[in-house]
Amino acid sequence: MGRVALTRVTKRFGEVTAVSDITLEVEDQEFLVLLGPSGCGKSTVLRLIAGLESPTDGSIEIGDRVVNGVEPKERDVAMVFQSYALYPQMTARRNIEFPLKNQRTPKLERARRVEEVAETLELTEVLDRRPAQMSGGQRQRVALARAIVRRPEAFLMDEPLSNLDAKLRTQTRTELIELQRRLATTVVYVTHDQVEGMTMGHRVAVMENGVIQQVGAPTEIYDHPANLFVAGFIGNPPMNVLTGLPTSEDGRLAIETPGGGIPLTAPQQDAVRRSGATQVAVGVRPEHIRLDEDGPLRASVAVIEALGYENHVVCRLEDGQQVIVRLRAEVAAPREGDKVHLGAEPRRLHLFDATTGARIGT
Amino acid sequence: MSAEHGTGTVATALGTLAPGFRDFLVGAGIVVVAGTVLLVLSRRASPTHRRQAALVGRYLLLVVLAVIVLFPLYITVVDSLLQPDQVVAKPPILFPTHPQWSSYATAWTQGHLGRYLLNSFVVTGVIVVGELVTSIAAAYAFAFLRFPFRKTLFVVFLATMMVPVEVTFLTNLNTVVSLGWYNTYFGLTIPFLATGFGAFLVRQAFLGLPGDLRDAAELDGANHWQFLREVALPVARPAVAALGIFSFFSAFGQYLWPLIVTKDDRLRTVTIGLKFLANSQLNNFNVIFAGTVLAALPLFILLVVFEKQLVRGLTAGAVKG
Repeated sequence: MGRVALTRVTKRFGEVTAVSDITLEVEDQEFLVLLGPSGCGKSTVLRLIAGLESPTDGSIEIGDRVVNGVEPKERDVAMVFQSYALYPQMTARRNIEFPLKNQRTPKLERARRVEEVAETLELTEVLDRRPAQMSGGQRQRVALARAIVRRPEAFLMDEPLSNLDAKLRTQTRTELIELQRRLATTVVYVTHDQVEGMTMGHRVAVMENGVIQQVGAPTEIYDHPANLFVAGFIGNPPMNVLTGLPTSEDGRLAIETPGGGIPLTAPQQDAVRRSGATQVAVGVRPEHIRLDEDGPLRASVAVIEALGYENHVVCRLEDGQQVIVRLRAEVAAPREGDKVHLGAEPRRLHLFDATTGARIGT
Repeated sequence: MSAEHGTGTVATALGTLAPGFRDFLVGAGIVVVAGTVLLVLSRRASPTHRRQAALVGRYLLLVVLAVIVLFPLYITVVDSLLQPDQVVAKPPILFPTHPQWSSYATAWTQGHLGRYLLNSFVVTGVIVVGELVTSIAAAYAFAFLRFPFRKTLFVVFLATMMVPVEVTFLTNLNTVVSLGWYNTYFGLTIPFLATGFGAFLVRQAFLGLPGDLRDAAELDGANHWQFLREVALPVARPAVAALGIFSFFSAFGQYLWPLIVTKDDRLRTVTIGLKFLANSQLNNFNVIFAGTVLAALPLFILLVVFEKQLVRGLTAGAVKG
């Protein structure tokens, strides 16, 4: 059983709290992505699971046992490092063989398993080369092979794709997903790349400042971000966020922003009232904004970014704040300098308490 | 000192030298100046000419430096092949027209160089192996293990590097005598089996190891011994090789300690043997020189064999590999 569970885990380095009171359960055979900006503590979580760091507080379980005091090598997890951490003086074969050798696996069995893994990852040709004589992609696969050959309960991967060039990264991403499905093992995958987060994980845990902000399926995180941080971090181009005061007119609540008042649906109005928020941040994804003559926001078109398959219309409100509208290439784009009105379906609006960042309503 | 005074001193110094040597120095000076001028001028010339001129200039400088370094060695070999009275002839003889190989036989048999060389190799071998083992072990502890007073202890290790050998000489002698090791191989070797310098050198090499490699080895289930042997040592090999070579040369070249700590001829090393040879062959300079060549030959061979390692060890870490 490759289950990994953290219960109220905290890790402090001196005065600095790297990981704060985290509770997270990764199910057997699940691919979980830990996503967050650099320095958010995601790598520390991985090192805690690996046993390379010991938690200040809380408990860590792998399989059915608590592993807090257990040595890294006894935890039955394998790690793939961002730097690959291949032993420079050893050939690919000896690198892959190293963990088996330390386990005193018989020589024949060892050779068989190395060959097997090498074949799966198309490394047979380079088995006798040293890391320095291999390409970045080959090194990455050797690092992967060294992890796989042990058949561990769980794989821990720390930004394994970030040293590859863009094309190879996309290709390897797909291969990693396939591999995980085929081996049916648990993977905890750390990355700062939201595309990897969205495409690879069964679930994504978004972290910031040592705290898990939200855990959920990629679409859930995209469609219902739990707070302003998650809303801004996931999505490219990022979600547009306009902050304003809730103002009441004839008993109807709207959010008064620099571009104009944004009307809300009845349930949204109730939610804002109940939350007691004094300042409300309204978020709209670029693909949900329309150029609409009846729209509540007045703006002028600053720049059009044509990507071929779609256009990003970068608009500015009166106070200079930027709003990005995403248009399919078939839709006629306005010209730079045009005055436009912007609108969105009310159900596409995400409302947050601007002070706490917390989501308002569902 | 004023410049004028300085020039005067140089001129006086040159005047006191043997004419042949003076000519050599003047010639060398001219070549050095010419080489430097070429190097400087080459910066202004066209790229192709510049490269050629720079190359010529560089080689001129190197040739002069090489001659300065090699000339004494050459003269030693030449003098070992001359008749005793030819050695002191003026002007000096720079090429042996009738080489006298018998001086080597005399030096070998009368000077008991075989026995002395054997002693030197035994003592040196034990010291090199001992120093490598203790340095690697200490370096491993200082680089990879966490224990109380680690930093303090390391500073103490380093502090021993600041103490001149002469300061600890008498204390060491006392210790050796009181342990009953006077006039034994123990006395010759044990004081040199561990050095702060060795531990420092290897520790630095170990610290250059990426942290990820340590973590990976830990996860891969390597114990201390496996990690040291398979991961850390291979990476630190240039530094370890350099330490071995330095250790060899300094142990082989020791004179004062072996002289004082032994009284028995059976135990004496070749450096002392040479001194005895010189005393017994007062006027036979050729034999003394032949003995010197014989004593230096093993070192020379080692130097040629390990030259690459030595240079790599010295420059290790200067450029990222």
